[in-house]
Amino acid sequence: MKDIAIVAYQQSDSVSDAGAVNEVELIMPVLARTFEQAGLNSAQDVDFVCSGSCDYLQGAAFAFVSGVDALGAVPPIKESHVEMDAAWALYESMLKIRMGHADSALIYGFGKSSPGDLPTVLSQQLDPYYLAPLWVDSISLAALQARLMLDKGLITERDMAEVVSRSRRNAMNNPHAQLSGDISVEDVLAEETFLSPLRKADCSPISDGASAMIIATVDQAKAWGLPYVVISGIDHCIETHNLGMRDLTDSVSTRMAANHAGMNAGKVDVAELYAPFSHQELILTRALGLDKETQVNPSGGVLAGNLMMASGLSRIGEVFNRIVKGEAQRGIAHATSGPCLQHNLVTVLEKGENA
Amino acid sequence: MSDEQDEITVINAPVYLKYNFTAGKAPARYLTQLKKGVLTGQRCPKCSAVYVPPRGSCASCGVATEEEVELSDKATVESFTIVSIPIPGNPIEPPFVVANLVLDGSNISLIHLLSECVNEDVHIGQRVQGVWNPESEWDYSMNNIRYFKPIDEPDVPVEKIGTLPVTGLEG
Repeated sequence: MKDIAIVAYQQSDSVSDAGAVNEVELIMPVLARTFEQAGLNSAQDVDFVCSGSCDYLQGAAFAFVSGVDALGAVPPIKESHVEMDAAWALYESMLKIRMGHADSALIYGFGKSSPGDLPTVLSQQLDPYYLAPLWVDSISLAALQARLMLDKGLITERDMAEVVSRSRRNAMNNPHAQLSGDISVEDVLAEETFLSPLRKADCSPISDGASAMIIATVDQAKAWGLPYVVISGIDHCIETHNLGMRDLTDSVSTRMAANHAGMNAGKVDVAELYAPFSHQELILTRALGLDKETQVNPSGGVLAGNLMMASGLSRIGEVFNRIVKGEAQRGIAHATSGPCLQHNLVTVLEKGENA
Repeated sequence: MSDEQDEITVINAPVYLKYNFTAGKAPARYLTQLKKGVLTGQRCPKCSAVYVPPRGSCASCGVATEEEVELSDKATVESFTIVSIPIPGNPIEPPFVVANLVLDGSNISLIHLLSECVNEDVHIGQRVQGVWNPESEWDYSMNNIRYFKPIDEPDVPVEKIGTLPVTGLEG
């Protein structure tokens, strides 16, 4: 089986409101920088393109199709889309390469969350039969989960505040971060609750932006002469949409995906976890059994900026950046979808020869 | 209350979500000019195609378009259809003509109505011009032009459709 590697990754700034620009205008600069990083001209230079976005964010059916305007699809290209985070577009692209239908792929994710009321929009996005008619927003569901953790004595509010404080401080080194600063645990705890027991700081911000990545077989990466990071494993698992049947204090699906992806075959230097709420980072860290050997969310994670449908891909991109810079040899990236960490994807990344 | 229960086969779960829709920088610029009665496109820096309405990118080349180009309200029929069936929610009574029109100075067609014409005489290459609403009614909308109507100019040969400068066939 051909080994597959990441050769380029770019992200826009994470901003609370991108203003007048539409999705195509949001994507194009990021794609241009990604092609430049890989020494390519356009989507014509890769074998496959796959994007991740969500029409509910734009409030228009088939809105994702307009994203193709950013690609230059004349003459026609092989293109696909997932109505999910672009981390799953990476998964589809890897299958395409594994099947021998492509040697390289461009993956991009984009989301403009500012036009709608995101927590309410997300209440309608998935399970349309049982959850959508109740209009339970994503923050309320996360608050139920946090309350469960606190009342069972699994975490304290101080533990949650420590996650926030570390995120904000780490984000000071992330040029694309939306929220960063030298914030102490006490500063966080002094904030009043927003949706009890969550404080606003426990919740990822509403963000607009995009990210993009180019992957290729290791042979192709070598032919291009690019530094590369090998994707040694990837898997995703999903739990039932019935929240009452899940153990919300654990993330069984994340652990399963990590095992299938081969996370435990070596030391994990860095982990980027998609935890939209502070207590979820604690759930994920424990579910994965990460200890002090692993640096968690050195970018600040999504508490520093949450690009819907792109942040999962960005977690993978952040680990790629660390390994290329020589700050880590091996790392994992996690992406999530659905309420209370319902659906989880884990990618294992390892240093390639030229990285 | 009866113990008998009706079999439930349908539930209504209407979705109402409010959005602040943004057309985008390029379309917003287009609409602003349109309110002033001016039709503008954007030129691709790579292949020189002029798009109207502009969406901020050249869909062929995948590059941003920035150069703004003022266009004529004269156009050429690239293709058309005669609509003979009523369309729900559409106040226009059939039969009416919907056409792909290429504005002089642009290379990509837009869709609009053709009227003040004999439907059966409409043909590819026919020259038409926009019939504007009174200036007092102009808005950020393509409805500022009510429809296009035929004008007394020679037909454009098929191979030249989509290549005319802003000054038209003679220019």
